[in-house]
Amino acid sequence: MNFILILGPNDYQSFMNSRLTLASATLFTTGTVAWYAHFYGTLPFLGEVHASHLSDEGLHPVAYPWPHNGFFDTFDHASIRRGYQVYREVCAACHSLDRIAWRNLVAVSHTADEARAMAEEVEYQDGPNDDGEMFQRPGKLADYMPAPYPNEEAARAGNAGALPPDLSLIVKARHGGADYIFSLLTGYVDPPAGVEVREGMNYNPYFPGGALSMARVLFDGLVEYDDGTPATTSQMAKDVVTFLNWAAEPEHDERKKTGIKAVILFSTLFVLSVYTKRFKWGPIKNRKIQYNPPVDKTGH
Amino acid sequence: MSFATAAYNTIFKRNSVYVGSVFAAAFAFGIGFDSGVTAFWDSWNKGKQWKDIRHKYVQDEE
Repeated sequence: MNFILILGPNDYQSFMNSRLTLASATLFTTGTVAWYAHFYGTLPFLGEVHASHLSDEGLHPVAYPWPHNGFFDTFDHASIRRGYQVYREVCAACHSLDRIAWRNLVAVSHTADEARAMAEEVEYQDGPNDDGEMFQRPGKLADYMPAPYPNEEAARAGNAGALPPDLSLIVKARHGGADYIFSLLTGYVDPPAGVEVREGMNYNPYFPGGALSMARVLFDGLVEYDDGTPATTSQMAKDVVTFLNWAAEPEHDERKKTGIKAVILFSTLFVLSVYTKRFKWGPIKNRKIQYNPPVDKTGH
Repeated sequence: MSFATAAYNTIFKRNSVYVGSVFAAAFAFGIGFDSGVTAFWDSWNKGKQWKDIRHKYVQDEE
């Protein structure tokens, strides 16, 4: 009010009604909103409408009790071995596994002799030899898993335009991890009423969007396990997901074991350091400081 | 008191012996701690690790 009284009502009126004030206030407001939206994407306290549906996100997978879930749990290596068999006989027809070499299977799911024998069944290009020619040779332990297609274009051409992803890191690369892959492999159902699936696509509620190019591949009795485990759909899915989880995290077992040691050692050291701190500070914190006033020696 | 004296005379009296016993104790603790954790680890994960199923697949054991 003081402001108005000093300037007078006419000055205030003309300031509030000026075009310059209107323009600068508008500019300030728009700029602030734009700046905020630039940083944080959306404005707060304003409802938003999205042209989407929950099915676009895919059904959330159930949390399954994997044998390797706990802090202290290793992978079930018998399951990894069966899962490799499922991968080799079923998945490997379309999906590559670039980052796993034959040697990685040794002492994880296969003996060195078995891995060597499996590698030798595959021909790899090597060279050049003394004449400058590339040549074919049987695989060695150091060779990586053969890819089903020579390149991405061939993979797309063989699968109606859809690229089968490499499975080396697929468990890490998908939300939900192992639970999601298992749910996807066992989750194929007929599309519900009203959902239209295009030609060549398959309905799976766990897949974001609901329709994917991969058809259901696991059916009861598809493979024959050499350890006598019944090859049901869910058993094969569990085994191959365990195998893929191992492929994505080959360090998993050793990591957890080192983690136990680290937690034990560091918590012991922490307790020791707390004790030492209290031991050293105890006398200092409990010390009483006494003030002795100087004795008056002038002798009044 | 005799234990303290004995400990002092055998370990702490000479610095060279003291440092040597520190290293020896660290070495022994390292091995003991590792084998302890491994024993727990192997009993917790009984039947799941490769060494538990390896015997089924090894062809010639010499």
